[in-house]
Amino acid sequence: MSHHFVEFKDVLFHYPDGTEALKGVSFRITHGESVGIVGANGSGKSTLLLHMNGYLLPSSGTVTVGDIELQKKTRQEVRRKVGIVFQNPDDQLFMPTVFDDVSFGPLNLGMSPECVQERVMDALKTVNCLDLRDKPPHHLSGGQKSAVAIASVIAMEPDILVMDEPAANLDPKSRRSLITMLKTFVHTKIVASHDLDLILDVCQRCIVIREGAVVADGPSTEILSNKTLLEENNLELPLSHQRR
Amino acid sequence: MTFDESYFSIGRLDRLSYQDTFVHRLDPRAKVVSTILFLFTVISFPKYEIAALIPFFLFPVLLTTLGDIPVRFLLKKVVIVSPFAIFIGIFNPLLDTRTVAVIAGVTLSAGWLSFLTILIKFTLTISAALLLIATTSFPGICHALRRLGVPAIFVSQLLFLYRYLFVLMEEAMRLVRARDMRSFGEHGSGMTIVVRLIGTLFLRTVERAERVYSAMLSRGFNGDMPSVKQHSLRPVDVLYVLATISFLAIFRFVPITGLIGSLTQELSK
Repeated sequence: MSHHFVEFKDVLFHYPDGTEALKGVSFRITHGESVGIVGANGSGKSTLLLHMNGYLLPSSGTVTVGDIELQKKTRQEVRRKVGIVFQNPDDQLFMPTVFDDVSFGPLNLGMSPECVQERVMDALKTVNCLDLRDKPPHHLSGGQKSAVAIASVIAMEPDILVMDEPAANLDPKSRRSLITMLKTFVHTKIVASHDLDLILDVCQRCIVIREGAVVADGPSTEILSNKTLLEENNLELPLSHQRR
Repeated sequence: MTFDESYFSIGRLDRLSYQDTFVHRLDPRAKVVSTILFLFTVISFPKYEIAALIPFFLFPVLLTTLGDIPVRFLLKKVVIVSPFAIFIGIFNPLLDTRTVAVIAGVTLSAGWLSFLTILIKFTLTISAALLLIATTSFPGICHALRRLGVPAIFVSQLLFLYRYLFVLMEEAMRLVRARDMRSFGEHGSGMTIVVRLIGTLFLRTVERAERVYSAMLSRGFNGDMPSVKQHSLRPVDVLYVLATISFLAIFRFVPITGLIGSLTQELSK
C-alpha cells in the first residue's frame, strides 16, 4: 500500500493576474501519514490544497499522487484518489438534499444504486448524521453542514483525505467529535488549519508555509512548540502549550 | 424586517413538503404531469368564460385538504404575486366597454368580465403551482422532470437555483443588515449604496460559483446530476393521473355550471 503518497517537487504557481502564490514547494507525504499545513493568512495554503486534486495545475514543477503525475489528462484519476473537504460547507453541499449530496460522488464514480445507498448510509453514520438524510442543506445548522460535507467526501472512500479548516465555525463539542473521527480515518490525511491544537491532536507531522514556500517541515510536537518559528509566521503556541 | 419575513416564509413552503399524506406520497411524476395538464386546461378557456372556470377550484381545494396545507398560508402567497395579474388585466374594463349584461341596474361591460377571468385563471394556476411545490418539494419536481425526459442541463440549473436561492438570500440579508447597522435614517440607504450592495453580492456570487464548481469537480462531476432515488409508478399514481385527466376533460367540455343552474331551476319549479 505504498502508493497512497503525495509528492510536490519544486511546484511554482502564479495566478492569471501575476500573483505568485507558490514559489517552489517540495515535500513528500507517504502512506498513512497525517500532516498539518499551517501558515499565515495568504501564505498559499489554499492554493496548495487546490493542487492536490488538479483544480489548479502547477505553472512549473510536478505534483505526483500515487503513481500518477498530475496533468490535465490525469486529473480525473487523481480526483478518485484524493477527497477534498472545502472550508465553507455551503460551497461543498450543492445538492438539494443531504442524501443526494452524499451520493453525488459515489454515483459519479459509476457505482450501482445499491452500493451507493450503502456507502451513503455508512458515511452518514460515521458523522452521526443519519437522521438528516432527507433534509435540504439550508435547514441544517453550521455543525451539521460541516459534518455532512465530510460525509460527502468520505463516501467516496478516498485514499487521501484533504481538509481545509475543518473545524472553522464548529462549537467545541462538534470540534471534539470531528477530531475523534479524524483519528479513526486510517489513510493519508492532510489538514490545513489555524487551529493548532487540532493539528497537534490529529497530525504527527507539520509543514509551515510562508509566502508560497515551505519554511519548516517536521514532527508536530517539535514545530508547534517552537515559539519563535510560530510567531514569525503570524501564529502562536497552541493553547495546550501555553503556560500562564 | 420585511426581507427576513419573506425569506422565512419561502422556507415554510419548503417545510410543508416534509409531511406524509396521501398527496405527498404520490409519485412526483404523476403530480407534475397532472398539474401541467391542469394549467393548460385552465389557460385554454376563452377570455369571457367565468362560469366554466369555477368548477376547477375543486382541484386546489381537494389538494389543500388532502395534502393538509394551511389555506391561509396558500392564499397569502397568491395575494403576494397577484399584482402581476392585476396589472395585466386592469385596463380591460377601460378598453373593452361593450355591455354584456345589466344586473340590478348596473351595466357589466365585457372588459370587467375578461378582467375577472384573468384573475380567476391566475388564482387557479398559481395555487396549483404552489400546491405542487408544497406537496412534492422542489427537488422532487426536478427529479420528476429529469425522469420525464427534460435535458440534464435544465434540471441541474433548477436544482442549483433552489439550493443557492437560500444561500444567496442569507448573503443579501447579511449585507443589508451590515448596511442598516451603520446607516442612520436617510444616510446610507440611498440608491447608490443599493447599487453597490448588488455589485458586491454579484462578485461574491461569482467567487462562490468558482468554489462550488471546484467542489463538484473534486467529486467527479461530469455534466449530469445523478440521483439514486428510484420511484416506481404504483397503480394509485396512474389512477390519480387518469382521474385528473377525466375530470379536466369533463370540466372543459361539459358546461357543468349551466347544468347545475338549470337543474336547480327544474327542481324549484
